[in-house]
Amino acid sequence: MTTSTPKRPPARPWRLSLDDPRVAGLFWQVVVVGIAVAIVAFLWSNAVHNLSVRRISTGFAFLGREAGMPIADSWIDYSPKNTYLRAFIVGIVNTLRVAVIGIVLATVVGTLVGIARLSTNWLLSRLAAVYVEVLRDLPLLLQLLFWYVLMQGLPAARQAWKPVEGVFLSNRGLILPSIPLSAPNWWTILALIAGLIVLQLVRRRLIAQQMLDGRARPAWPYALGLVVALPALVSYLAGASWSITLPELRGFNFVGGLTLAPEYFALLIALVTYTSAFIAEIVRSGIQAVPRGQWDAAKALGLKRSFALQHIVLPQALRVIIPPMTSQYLNLTKNSSLAVAVGYQDIVSIANTTLNQTGQAIESIALIMMVFLTISLGISFFMNWYNARIALVER
Amino acid sequence: MSSVAHLPQDPLPIGRPRVQRTLGGAIVAWLRANLFPSIPSGIVTLLLLFLLGKACFSLWQWGIANAVWSVPGSDTGACRSVRGLGACWAVVPEKYRFILFGTYPFDEQWRPALAVLIFIALFIVSSRRSFWRKELFLVWAAALIAIGVLMWGGLFGMSFVSQDRWGGLPVTLILATFGLAFGFPLGVLVALGRRSKLPAIRSLCVLYVELIRGVPLISLLFMSSVMFPLFMPDGVNIDKLLRAQIAFILYAGAYLAEVVRGGLQAVPRGQYEAGDALGLSYWQKHALIVLPQAIRHVIPPLVNTFLAFFKDTSLVLIIGIFDLLTTAKTAIVDPAWQSFSVEVYLFVGVIYFVFSFAMSRYSRSLEAQRTPT
Repeated sequence: MTTSTPKRPPARPWRLSLDDPRVAGLFWQVVVVGIAVAIVAFLWSNAVHNLSVRRISTGFAFLGREAGMPIADSWIDYSPKNTYLRAFIVGIVNTLRVAVIGIVLATVVGTLVGIARLSTNWLLSRLAAVYVEVLRDLPLLLQLLFWYVLMQGLPAARQAWKPVEGVFLSNRGLILPSIPLSAPNWWTILALIAGLIVLQLVRRRLIAQQMLDGRARPAWPYALGLVVALPALVSYLAGASWSITLPELRGFNFVGGLTLAPEYFALLIALVTYTSAFIAEIVRSGIQAVPRGQWDAAKALGLKRSFALQHIVLPQALRVIIPPMTSQYLNLTKNSSLAVAVGYQDIVSIANTTLNQTGQAIESIALIMMVFLTISLGISFFMNWYNARIALVER
Repeated sequence: MSSVAHLPQDPLPIGRPRVQRTLGGAIVAWLRANLFPSIPSGIVTLLLLFLLGKACFSLWQWGIANAVWSVPGSDTGACRSVRGLGACWAVVPEKYRFILFGTYPFDEQWRPALAVLIFIALFIVSSRRSFWRKELFLVWAAALIAIGVLMWGGLFGMSFVSQDRWGGLPVTLILATFGLAFGFPLGVLVALGRRSKLPAIRSLCVLYVELIRGVPLISLLFMSSVMFPLFMPDGVNIDKLLRAQIAFILYAGAYLAEVVRGGLQAVPRGQYEAGDALGLSYWQKHALIVLPQAIRHVIPPLVNTFLAFFKDTSLVLIIGIFDLLTTAKTAIVDPAWQSFSVEVYLFVGVIYFVFSFAMSRYSRSLEAQRTPT
């Protein structure tokens, strides 16, 4: 007997018994899904009944009604006469404004603290360790209330602290000098962004050429032209004015300048310090994950320390750093909803007010969920894209 | 080794005489190696010392030198006169009973105090490796029942105290511990479900985990306080604390499921196959072979999740449940003490810190045991 090519065993006939794994699998799936559907149907029928008793009509029609809710701190035009939809948009903008600025600042502070923890300077690394330990071990809400109380304890506008000319810190919040932006300014900013993109392409091309003949080509003349000269030219041609307006005390309040309300400022400080402690740990472990041999090899090749950090150690550390960093960014965004505790009107706070005013509980909560799921997905997509870009290219 | 002596970071370049082995010499050597290894580093040290000294001095001025430690009755005039210059620690002895135990009947407050002690004993027992046995489940069940009896009363001659009078530290510990005790089995089940071969069960588990993890905890708590009554049939009224507890269990379940799933992924396939070869059923295989290994893998991240969870219980402040943070915030509503919230928050912060610090130290020691360096 010669063995022919192995044939797949014929499919066994189905037996109507729980001993058959396929039947058992099907059976348990039907049971679990059935229970889940039954629970949802039970809750749903209760909700429909209760809503009809309370005369609340379901649906998103309420979004077109007048909100009548004051929002103190908004970057887009809003008055209580506007609709609920507009109020929700204000809330989304407020959430994003905390989350985006918070993520940038927390990354910067966290990276600095993480590097400080690895410093050879004993005092610096100890202080960084204390910073991380204390901030990580206290509830964020407690820290937020603490900062907010400190804000309220600041002197009144007339006795405001003035650390630098044009910067005021008082119980009205932090007031900074600002540059009023009009169309020519925006054109210049656009030119700067375009210049940066082109510079990136040019650098890639220069590196490709270096790969061919091994000669290093300096990128700084291009940088000078694209990032400095081009925006300057656009600014001159468009006639942009870059004069800085300094805030002034008039009567009991400030005029001009950029105001960060105490609620916003307290929330931002709390989120940035809390998250930066976690980011510091991620950065530290990321750098430590790069074997010492990599530093030594760079040194053996005669590379400068800064070059080795930028081109050898950091790219490898980033691979370890990015995935946990993504979840910290998501945490910061979700934690920004603590705003409701200090009265900063983010999306959760506005949805909650709407819920109390209209009774549209399901819709309000669904909107919160939608907004956060969208933001979370956005952050995840961006970080996954970035992660794929820096991932190890293997054969 | 002498071939690398020219490297700039070599700690003791050849040629420099070794410092004398006296105490003074050792201190100087340590200072030189750790605080003044180079000129820039030395400048950083001096700058930090200056800032640290300044901060310590003003903290000492505020917290000790100018502080008011006690006031007669509720007359806070003495505190007010040093406002901004010194702390008013008198608020702590005045309010600590309320902060720790809320509105629990004053004469009965030994009961929540005892409950807190049982909690602490339970945590200590659970953290010892030698107690990680099946009997630990019984200990947990007994402890949680004892705490319930102590808090509610109505038995053994203790008067009944309803849930809406509970407050302070016991509520924080109850929310965290019960959330964990019920959230953990839920998390294990969901983690198994997420790795199941059955598509319907898998997608249900994925949906649950991603929905809960995708939204802030606050919105879950709002749901429990606002939407939950809407979903119940007429006449069914569940206490606010219990509703928040359910929200916490669901929340903990989703996060713990992800941690446990990580552990399951670390168990080699051969272990599953060995279980199959022995003819074990699905549940036998997981309970006896897979889960013990999987959970052992993820004990440090589990402790970190517990820690995050303990801190997150403070969010119930927003839906008005009297946990430790809420009682602290309420204690300073009293007009006489209104402007001394910083002191109260520091006091509560110390309590939170003691628990969290113990947990984070413990997690780190576990990690160190696992990866000998």
